[in-house]
Amino acid sequence: MTTVTGPATAADEPAAPAPPPPARRTGGRARAALGFAAGAALLYGAAPLLLSDFRLALLAKYLCVAMVAVGIGIAWGRGGMLTLGQGVFFGLGGYAMAMHLKLADAGPGALPDFMQLYGQLDELPWWWRPFASPWFALPATVLLPMVVAFGLGSLVFRRRVRGAYFAILSQALAAAMVILLVGQQGTTGGTNGLTDIQGFFGYDLDDPVNQRTVYFLIAAALLGLLALARQLIESRYGELLVAVRDGEERVRFLGYDPATVKVVAYVVAAGMAGLAGALFVPAVGIISPALIGIVPSIEFVIGVAVGGRATLLGPVLGAVAVAWARTALSERFPGTWTYLQGLLFVLVVAFLPGGLASLWALRRTRRAAADRPPWWRRIPPARSGRTRTEAPAA
Amino acid sequence: MTVLFGQLFTGVSIGAVLLLVALGLALTFGQMNVINMAHGEFIMAGAYTTYVLQQTITSAGWSLLVALPVAFAVAGALGVLLEVLLIRRLYARPLDTLLVTWGVSLMLQQAARDIFGSPNVQTRAPALLTGNVALPGGVTVANNRLFILGLAVAAVVALTLALRLTPLGRRIRAVVQNRDLAAVSGIATARVDRTTFFVGSGLAGVAGVALTLLGPIGPTMGTNLIIDAFLVVVVGGIGQLKGSVIVAFALGVLQATGEYLTTLSVAKVIVFVAIVAFLQWRPQGLFTLRTRSLA
Repeated sequence: MTTVTGPATAADEPAAPAPPPPARRTGGRARAALGFAAGAALLYGAAPLLLSDFRLALLAKYLCVAMVAVGIGIAWGRGGMLTLGQGVFFGLGGYAMAMHLKLADAGPGALPDFMQLYGQLDELPWWWRPFASPWFALPATVLLPMVVAFGLGSLVFRRRVRGAYFAILSQALAAAMVILLVGQQGTTGGTNGLTDIQGFFGYDLDDPVNQRTVYFLIAAALLGLLALARQLIESRYGELLVAVRDGEERVRFLGYDPATVKVVAYVVAAGMAGLAGALFVPAVGIISPALIGIVPSIEFVIGVAVGGRATLLGPVLGAVAVAWARTALSERFPGTWTYLQGLLFVLVVAFLPGGLASLWALRRTRRAAADRPPWWRRIPPARSGRTRTEAPAA
Repeated sequence: MTVLFGQLFTGVSIGAVLLLVALGLALTFGQMNVINMAHGEFIMAGAYTTYVLQQTITSAGWSLLVALPVAFAVAGALGVLLEVLLIRRLYARPLDTLLVTWGVSLMLQQAARDIFGSPNVQTRAPALLTGNVALPGGVTVANNRLFILGLAVAAVVALTLALRLTPLGRRIRAVVQNRDLAAVSGIATARVDRTTFFVGSGLAGVAGVALTLLGPIGPTMGTNLIIDAFLVVVVGGIGQLKGSVIVAFALGVLQATGEYLTTLSVAKVIVFVAIVAFLQWRPQGLFTLRTRSLA
């Protein structure tokens, strides 16, 4: 334990005492394939059979949130970068897609409806023009967030801004983006956002059959992102990312550049959020500042924290569960849900930092931890000194 | 020239509000490394305290004067409660304090909605603070803005003196610089933590009283300010009040100038870009405590 001699160092703590590792190497590949198949069967077989069209559309929305959560799981759970601004990337993807769909709805040469309403514009603003082409708009939904994340990430991480500083900056980015979108009402739709999206590449979004297709598309994207995330986590890079989280200086001494490692994770997470935003638009038919601001950005994090930030499936299940609970409870008891949401956050983060996934892991290791005092007799963690992630017991 | 001075004063008065809000954070985030997202709701608590007091004390002037210490105590008590119940367990995990206190802030906002109702409420300003003062050079300055500027300056001076001269201030600085050594020297660090939190949160209450002079009081009034205030502390450098003071006024002037030259929303983006650019130059903020530790 090194002694902290000033407050400056403590801000640079790694995210948290790392939740127990999920990995069990033996048979990992087979189990993953099995789990993947089970997930696909659930999403493609059970869900469309059992759920009504209305519920399926809701599930599609939750799965979009889950895609953002996969990215946060990588950046925060694996990389220790608490990003409170994923709404920005979700929004960039969403707006890129919505701009294209709005232009497609309006037809060639015509202005989207809201522009005539608020903007009194005669012609399309220059930065809208490229989005008329699907060949620009579709890649942009993913690449635009990645470029922004690369810009901010490389500026910030190279100068070793980290921990709380980074979290606050990412949150400020979300605040700035919302204010900008609201302020430029004539060209962005302002507070209302881009609404009333009718068609999706020639298909009518009001048709339940097409809504179902959108659901299948979203499910496929989620499964794809999960496979990608698993590849990333299991790779050498994944090990390096965890090493940066737990001991950035040591990684630097070993000759790696932690900044690059972090930028990659942040950019990947941004791309995932962008894709989620892009698919959210046809599923829900709207994108607006209220969906991407500070509050939704933190809400993305809740699901990840509840499910288990350092696991692969935890963020996905947590995100879906929290989004589902929100719909189920906030309709009937709007006030109570806010209390519950706050309480959930407090309890999980303060008392179960590994999320629900760590309960699962706890069950396995209970025998090993039999000599640990029960939680009510445990002393609160020491204030000073660096918390060091202990190597997992083999 | 008049326009320039007018803009400058607008900037300074935005800076004064920022400073009042950020001062408490500079203590709890800067000195104790706790990211208290509920700080904004403590501001709200201070504002509602003013509102409640005005229901009983009908003179607007007196109720404002009484509100200052009462709001300090109310917000401070909330802060101590938060420290004892939650934050004490999280000192080693600064990022997690952010998430936990955000949960608390959600609950406090909802509580405000349940108690006072969702629509904003308003207090009456004392007659003394409603007018304008004409400064030489043709610049008029609103009295309430001047009052807030005075309040911010008074708070900074009081806090600086308290930290420099009182035994409590010495204990706080000792704990901040080296907690283990302070504990070994016989300082009850847990009690110092609680007191620091009381003062930091109490300052949020004072900021809340000041904000009732500028606009309506509502459940979400804290959220909008809190991020700007955090940025002030981050850019100012942690553990140093003077950094927060300089940066609050600098950001206020930048915001006002940006608003004047472009629009409010573009000004916000300009401020954000300026902050990121500044951190390229000084990633640890304007002033930092020098340490020999390997961070």
